[in-house]
Amino acid sequence: MSEAASLAIEDLVAGYGEVVALDRVTITAGAATITAVLGANGAGKTTLLRAISGMVRPRAGRVLLDGADRTGRSPEDMARAGVAHVPEGQGVIAELTVEENLRIGTMSWPGLAPRRADRAAALAEAYERFGVLADRRRKLAGTLSGGERQMLVIARALVARPRVLLLDEPSLGLAPRIMTQVMDMVVRLSRENGITIVLVEQNARGALAIADRGVVLNLGRVVAAADARTLATDVALRHHYLGF
Amino acid sequence: MVEFLQFTLSGLSFGMIYAAIALSLVLIWRGTRLLNFAQGGMAMFTTYIALEVIRHTGSYWAGFVVALAAGVVLGAAAELAVIRPALGKPELNAVIITIGLLILLEGLAGIFYGGQYRSFPTAFSIIGLRAGSTPLGVSRFDVFVALAVLAATLLLAVGFRYTSAGLRMRAAAFNATVARLSGIRVARVITVGWALAGLLGALAGVLVTPSTFLYPNSMDSIFVFGFTAAVIGGLDSPLGAVVGGLLLGVVLSYAGGYLGSQGSDLTALVALGILVVVLMLRPDGIFSGARVRRV
Repeated sequence: MSEAASLAIEDLVAGYGEVVALDRVTITAGAATITAVLGANGAGKTTLLRAISGMVRPRAGRVLLDGADRTGRSPEDMARAGVAHVPEGQGVIAELTVEENLRIGTMSWPGLAPRRADRAAALAEAYERFGVLADRRRKLAGTLSGGERQMLVIARALVARPRVLLLDEPSLGLAPRIMTQVMDMVVRLSRENGITIVLVEQNARGALAIADRGVVLNLGRVVAAADARTLATDVALRHHYLGF
Repeated sequence: MVEFLQFTLSGLSFGMIYAAIALSLVLIWRGTRLLNFAQGGMAMFTTYIALEVIRHTGSYWAGFVVALAAGVVLGAAAELAVIRPALGKPELNAVIITIGLLILLEGLAGIFYGGQYRSFPTAFSIIGLRAGSTPLGVSRFDVFVALAVLAATLLLAVGFRYTSAGLRMRAAAFNATVARLSGIRVARVITVGWALAGLLGALAGVLVTPSTFLYPNSMDSIFVFGFTAAVIGGLDSPLGAVVGGLLLGVVLSYAGGYLGSQGSDLTALVALGILVVVLMLRPDGIFSGARVRRV
């Protein structure tokens, strides 16, 4: 497993056309921690992840991975640097089988082509951890249920051996029981695999329950950043920005 | 019955050419959602190159190999030089660029080689094969055409299905965002797709030209039939491209054979008729995947 990396966002400005979606956002995520990014729709949460992973080119500011400046790198370069981004609702490739989706996780490994034995070992590890995927390895990913798809996305992240995992609304549209399973998996990825996780969630209560730190965005600006427990007990903040 | 067999075999042979062009269009469509109107022009140009090589070396196979290599280079160069700058901009830009590329290639061919019809040699005899005393309606060269396209198609299918490079190409075609976020260099994959499409087009060019002669517009009608085959099969489906090509080849052969002297004049109309019928019954083509719509 790769070594965990710290992620620092400094004065990041990003947007679309004339719209400024992120306005001088500064966030620090320590190695092997979970940072929950919270806020209402349009707060800039998804744009933040897209700017970190290279899907959106920042207009100003810096993205630092273990202190190294990675600002403006392409998504391919960021993936190869160890940043895995699971976008909201489109993490699996429905037309490929479960196994092929998992193999895609190896595409960011260093070198031209992964050794067959290494790839097989990584897939075996994923199947061991996610037994339901082992039973469906030859099925098209499009035939999986919502919960199974999220498991597949997380399993693929495990195969990719990322140092930083950006998760955008992983519990969106899932039944409460499945949502709990997904959140448990997120915690295990951080604790057992030492992955630094930045978690964007509408379910603020659930996200703060598993996160080490929380950041609240509003209209593209950071309005609060503290350890998760402090944010969860701040009644005014919860009422104003988090809706619980 | 004998006529039917002859028309069928002859149609399958020509259908393989349409399938090769259709497959090249599908390769590009899957990667970039772009219809390459220059595909026929590129095939024509590489066939001229093959003819020059054959003329200088006296070797058909040298020309054949150089044509395929030229197809790869021309496909990749076209993508890098004129298509990539247009990606991400309004879709019509790239479409117009491919039309411009077609005009450019046909113009250059006219300047370099003139507008006259040129014959193109064959690798094998074009004398019709017989089963006993019964003519089969196909020659050794027709068999070679079918086998060459079949081999190329199978190689592509195996490559796509069983290799990491093929998985990269499929991932990039199905979901470029996830592919990029997984470290797949999608731009490079698209270039490879254009190169492979160029190779298939070049193959179609050298295989069909002995039947059609070579001139700057010689691949235009072949492109139209290849395009029709691709739409019939479903622009997203490589298997559909092959089946669409074979179906079109066989039906056009029946039309040309059974409708007498007017039959060959009606082929374009028959192709259009098939296209209309298929699109009425299956708007996304015969082999298109089921569309899921949220309601």
